[in-house]
Amino acid sequence: MSADAVVRTARSRRARLAAGDVVAWICGGIIALAVLVAILGPLLAPHDPNAADLNDQFVGPVAGHPLGFDAQGRDLLSRLLAGARTSMLGPTAVVVLAMAAGVLAAVTAAWRGGWVDAALGTVMDVLFSFPGILLAILASAVFGPSLWAAVIALSIAYTPYVARVLRSAAVRERAQEYIAAAEVQGASAVAICARHLVPNVAPLIVAQATLLFGYAMVDLAAISFLGLGVQPPQADWGVMVSTGKAGVLQGYPAESLAAGLCIVVVVVAVNLLGERLGERRR
Amino acid sequence: MVAFVLRRLALLVVALLVSSFVIFAGLQLAPGDPLAALSGGRSLPPEALEALRAQYRLDDPFLVQYGNWLVHAVQGDLGQSIAQRHDVATIIGERIGVTAQLVALAAVIILVAGVGLGVLAGLRRGPVDAAVLVVTTLLAAIPSFVAAIVLMSVFAVQLGWFPAVGAGDGFADRLHHLVLPAIALAASALAIVARVTRASVREELEREHVETAVSRGLPRRLVLRRHVLRNAAIPIATVSGITILSLIALSAVVERAFGINGLGATLVQAAAAKDLALVQGISLVLVAAFVVGNTLVDLVYAVLDPRVTVGSRAA
Repeated sequence: MSADAVVRTARSRRARLAAGDVVAWICGGIIALAVLVAILGPLLAPHDPNAADLNDQFVGPVAGHPLGFDAQGRDLLSRLLAGARTSMLGPTAVVVLAMAAGVLAAVTAAWRGGWVDAALGTVMDVLFSFPGILLAILASAVFGPSLWAAVIALSIAYTPYVARVLRSAAVRERAQEYIAAAEVQGASAVAICARHLVPNVAPLIVAQATLLFGYAMVDLAAISFLGLGVQPPQADWGVMVSTGKAGVLQGYPAESLAAGLCIVVVVVAVNLLGERLGERRR
Repeated sequence: MVAFVLRRLALLVVALLVSSFVIFAGLQLAPGDPLAALSGGRSLPPEALEALRAQYRLDDPFLVQYGNWLVHAVQGDLGQSIAQRHDVATIIGERIGVTAQLVALAAVIILVAGVGLGVLAGLRRGPVDAAVLVVTTLLAAIPSFVAAIVLMSVFAVQLGWFPAVGAGDGFADRLHHLVLPAIALAASALAIVARVTRASVREELEREHVETAVSRGLPRRLVLRRHVLRNAAIPIATVSGITILSLIALSAVVERAFGINGLGATLVQAAAAKDLALVQGISLVLVAAFVVGNTLVDLVYAVLDPRVTVGSRAA
């Protein structure tokens, strides 16, 4: 390869990295904004998200109401802002629960090996036979429809995916010499795992958690759309896509489309960021 | 190969048994009296309650109830829907057809459009590839219910090309009704299949034996068919199978969006009404379809890729 070609390759690689970072920054900005709105949402809302006035039914954008009104004459922008809270909090809870259970299962399986590994593997295989949405529908039949029933059901359904990916990474890490060295020095298994093994697979954990957030957001919104998650009149993006359906059929799709767009934008941002985190690891 | 198939079938039986137990036990734990749905809030005289408890065998020990339920389920008797006062098996029989048609149509869309786009993007670098990447990134992030609302709004309400709700009667009418729901159901799975197809075609193209074949002057068409697409077919078949299976549960969402009276929509209704026998019956059918499908995907994978069974014998 000529010197010229080397310079050109290096330059194009640098350009690609910089471009990648721009996308990552935009995605990060969108996610930060969504988190901020989730925390401050009701304070930012210019109007009471539940104040209805049927005189304003399906009225389009007017001064002070930039997105107009929904089927019950509630301010759409205020409901979107207020709805960010459950729409973001639910997936966050799923990610925390599923990652905790998945990491624990993966590290235990990798550390103990043998029958423990085989038993955990079988449990995960059986869990695989329950699609997340189906488990959430079952949970709503048992515990009644609520966001938390859906969160717990999805956490259980996602755990095997996390455990399977992390287990193979943990097995590779377990075989490293420094682990054997630490064992010889008398460090306890829990200490080695907490201090060395888990931190060393942390980049993979972060990438997995990011991708999981996107899946959880879509599935939770779907369950709320089915009427088995967050209950109306509470504002939530999934609920709004569903309550807006009446408007869609009458030719006023604003509510459904606006709430759907919020979900799609956050999910695209999270997925792109997750892919980038996954690639950087390699 | 035989050992592999036997082990996979054993796993299938275990998965079916355990999941049927989970479905039964989970719903049996439901707080509240199963008779509440039946009495509809009225207070019945104690003798009537007693008779009903005996009729639905609510006083048997737990494992006996499970055993009875399973034996009857295997024989096609899934009990009575307490809310609809109908045979659960009859209700499932009436509703399963439209769900199967919906999933089948979505599967066709995924296989044609998803694999097609993926192969196209894999073989052609440049703008075609870039366009497919952007489109699939967006499609992958659009939840089925949002896709349903958008399609309904544009093609049913604004343009009036397709009906907005219902499933229609007769072949042509049914197809006309199911086009939008099937696209909504297929959209994000299609994107995943397209991306995996693109990646595996690209990977095969860069293999040494392909480069050798090209440099020896073999016709490009022959190289593509014999060496690129044939090897790429293994991951493509697997991911297509898995994503199509995931549509079984997702069909509930699309059916609700388009007001189609299929299995999934009935499950959601039954869950909201706490109609436990119906929830158990439909869940059992859906999970069984999913588990059996997964086994089939694994077996097909083993047939396509001899390394799988050879590896399992060595292990």
